[in-house]
Amino acid sequence: MNTPHIPCLRLGKEYRSFNESEVKDYRNGAVKATMSQVNAGVIRRDLLKIDQAREALQKFTTRELIDISAKAGELFLNGTLPLGEGGRSQSGQDYLETLSATSGLPHVMVKRNMDKIHYALTHVELILNGLTRGIDPSILDRGFGEQAGSPVCFYPTTNALGLVMPSNSPAVNSLWLPSIALKIPIIMKPGRDEPWTPFRLIQSFIAAGCPREAFGFYPTDHEGAADILRLCNRALIFGDKSTTDLYAGNPGVQVHGPGFSKVLIGEDEIENWPDFIDVMASSISDNGGRSCVNASAIIVPKYAKEIADALGKRLGSLKPLPVDDPNAVLSGFANPKMGEWIDGAIDSDLCQKGAIDTTAIYRTGPRLLQAEGGTYLCPTIVYCESMDHPLSNREFLCPYASVVEVPQSDMLNAIGPTLVVSAITKDEKFKRQLLSASNIERLNLGPISTMKISWDQPHEGNMFEFLYKRRSIGMAA
Amino acid sequence: MSIDEKVKHAADELDAHVVEMIKWHFSPDTGSPFWLDWAKEQSWDPLNEIKNFDDICQKFPNFEDEWLRDLPNEVWVPQPYKGKPFNIFETGGTTGMPKQRIGWDDFRIDYTAFSETLKDEHFPRDDYWMMVGPTGPRRLRLSIEHLANERGCSCYFVDLDPRWVKRLIASKQFDQARAYMDHAVDQALTILKHRKVSALFTTPKLLEALAERKDLIKAGIKGVFCGGTTMDKQYARFLVEEVCEGGKIGFVPTYGNTLMGLARHHPFGEENDYSIAYYAPQPRAVLRVINPDTNNTVDYDSWGRVELTTLTKEFFMPRFLERDEALRRKPWSEAPWDGVAEVRPFGAMEKNIVEGVY
Repeated sequence: MNTPHIPCLRLGKEYRSFNESEVKDYRNGAVKATMSQVNAGVIRRDLLKIDQAREALQKFTTRELIDISAKAGELFLNGTLPLGEGGRSQSGQDYLETLSATSGLPHVMVKRNMDKIHYALTHVELILNGLTRGIDPSILDRGFGEQAGSPVCFYPTTNALGLVMPSNSPAVNSLWLPSIALKIPIIMKPGRDEPWTPFRLIQSFIAAGCPREAFGFYPTDHEGAADILRLCNRALIFGDKSTTDLYAGNPGVQVHGPGFSKVLIGEDEIENWPDFIDVMASSISDNGGRSCVNASAIIVPKYAKEIADALGKRLGSLKPLPVDDPNAVLSGFANPKMGEWIDGAIDSDLCQKGAIDTTAIYRTGPRLLQAEGGTYLCPTIVYCESMDHPLSNREFLCPYASVVEVPQSDMLNAIGPTLVVSAITKDEKFKRQLLSASNIERLNLGPISTMKISWDQPHEGNMFEFLYKRRSIGMAA
Repeated sequence: MSIDEKVKHAADELDAHVVEMIKWHFSPDTGSPFWLDWAKEQSWDPLNEIKNFDDICQKFPNFEDEWLRDLPNEVWVPQPYKGKPFNIFETGGTTGMPKQRIGWDDFRIDYTAFSETLKDEHFPRDDYWMMVGPTGPRRLRLSIEHLANERGCSCYFVDLDPRWVKRLIASKQFDQARAYMDHAVDQALTILKHRKVSALFTTPKLLEALAERKDLIKAGIKGVFCGGTTMDKQYARFLVEEVCEGGKIGFVPTYGNTLMGLARHHPFGEENDYSIAYYAPQPRAVLRVINPDTNNTVDYDSWGRVELTTLTKEFFMPRFLERDEALRRKPWSEAPWDGVAEVRPFGAMEKNIVEGVY
């Protein structure tokens, strides 16, 4: 059978470009799909017609779009959906296997990501309730109404949500899913190596009854990505720090960069640290260590060396397993050079005094491995003498964490901006300090994995508040 | 005449032109100081040994662009032009000294000939033109004005300095680059609002920007003559299908520069996947697509580096290696010699080239 071709979707309409990129198997480089690459002008011209897309969504009530989202969730998980041109289709299992082959994620992790997305789509009502703090969906349809005895009125901040997506983790797509029920079309540049998830999601929505005009899918270059961010009044970008720094402070762009998530243990609980090794290990290594909610630092008032050694022992022996092994915990690299770069960066910084790789003695080989036909990085735990060490607050695309001793009184200043903190403490004063900390986006109190998030509480920006603003309203009787 | 006969005829014509131009540039009473001095330093005599174009390819080394930067312009003046003020045209110069070519009437001759290739339907006679793009010290500015005059009318101008744009982009000042482009587009829209214009010369990016802000058909634009940056198949298709609304506005891409003049394009569209091939104004200029290591032309429909030879009485420039690569295309009945297609910066597939927003 020919290689599938994933077209651009121009307000839902398929468009094949003369320029194509290839999506390759992470192991042998076999081309699994070609993908149309469009010039930025195509996006700019389509944005001139974006009102049509918004109007198509406005013909539905929020309730109807919630129901469509739920149906799309079932189709995403189990349905056979169109895949590109020529009447080709893709089952859920096809999607799982292909995504695994191009991303390096083992099947078990792809399945977990699928389940997360399925949950998000089938619980849009719960998510919207959390995002809007309980506003009746009909208020969004009318634009005004009453909540808790007060008049409320909302207007959209944009006619399209721009998305510049990453390639590293399929579940990040769950972030944009509520925008459809909120009647805001999407204009997306998919990750270069991961068109599968957004394309399948779009097909799921369309098959569930959503107007296809609501979906712009534009594999494009840097100019196209920059125009999406510039011309959609609201946009999300995912990327490393150098990318996200460019848009920091831009109220129209929600930046999703490294999370620098952390586990903190209070002085009151530190003597019990062996009890928390499981939660620390899962925070570091679940989802292959690829998520912004994976812990990249363990901050403790004492026993840092002992904890680093225990985590090294727990994670150091993990090896790549076949992609279909249900116990697989490591992910291969779609771009082997990325693995090589990370390995080099860690080694280079380890040369600086004050840090020890505590996983090294438990590994049977090097950190960077060729295994199962692909390139892998083994888990790495680094004991750092202080937060001044360059490895103390870093995030890599693999199970990586530092363990650092910091007095409890200095912890909140030392950690810097942090997406998720799991704070293991019962100390009321420390808990109050944590609750007041402005540098923590999501706070877990108690031995909860940093990977645990709540769909009804946004942990990284509130999509409703991003896409809608409240205005004061008066109406003649 | 069959295409083979046309090719043979054109080749014979080129060879005869080569002999005439060599005689002109290497004879003491007509040659320029540069070529007369250059010939003295050689162990061979161009006057006796160049009998055809192939001899130029085999016996002349590549023309060095430093000569156009470093030497005074007077060394390029052929004896019969001595004492006649010349135009100085520049190319390059984003940093450092630009290349300069002097000239008298070549640009008029080139653009008068080119005018004959334009259709009146899209470039009506006696209607106004507007040029939006690099003017300044470029040959293009006078050429477009001459083209408008040749077709019976006049031309409005909006300048855009590509050297500044390239510097902005190289230093990652994208906002500034965009603001500068907007500034140019604003001026062009003002002209369109207050004056009747039916033909545009501009660059692809500026054309896109204009079309995003104004319905060009409603504004009265019938034809666009376009050049300046790479147009791959996808981009060409986009410009034709969408910006020029599927042929409602005539789209005439061109490949040219200060050193060559301009090459006309072979008709393109769905039938050839929007692959644009250009044909030099032979015999005044000749384009080859070569492997620079072997000095041989590459096979048809293969990539190679573009080499330009200019053969006019005002300027002789043998075997200049352009900074472009292209596909070699077969001769065409209206230009029965090799064409260059899908031109892009040399090495574009290996590295990012700053081409700019202009």
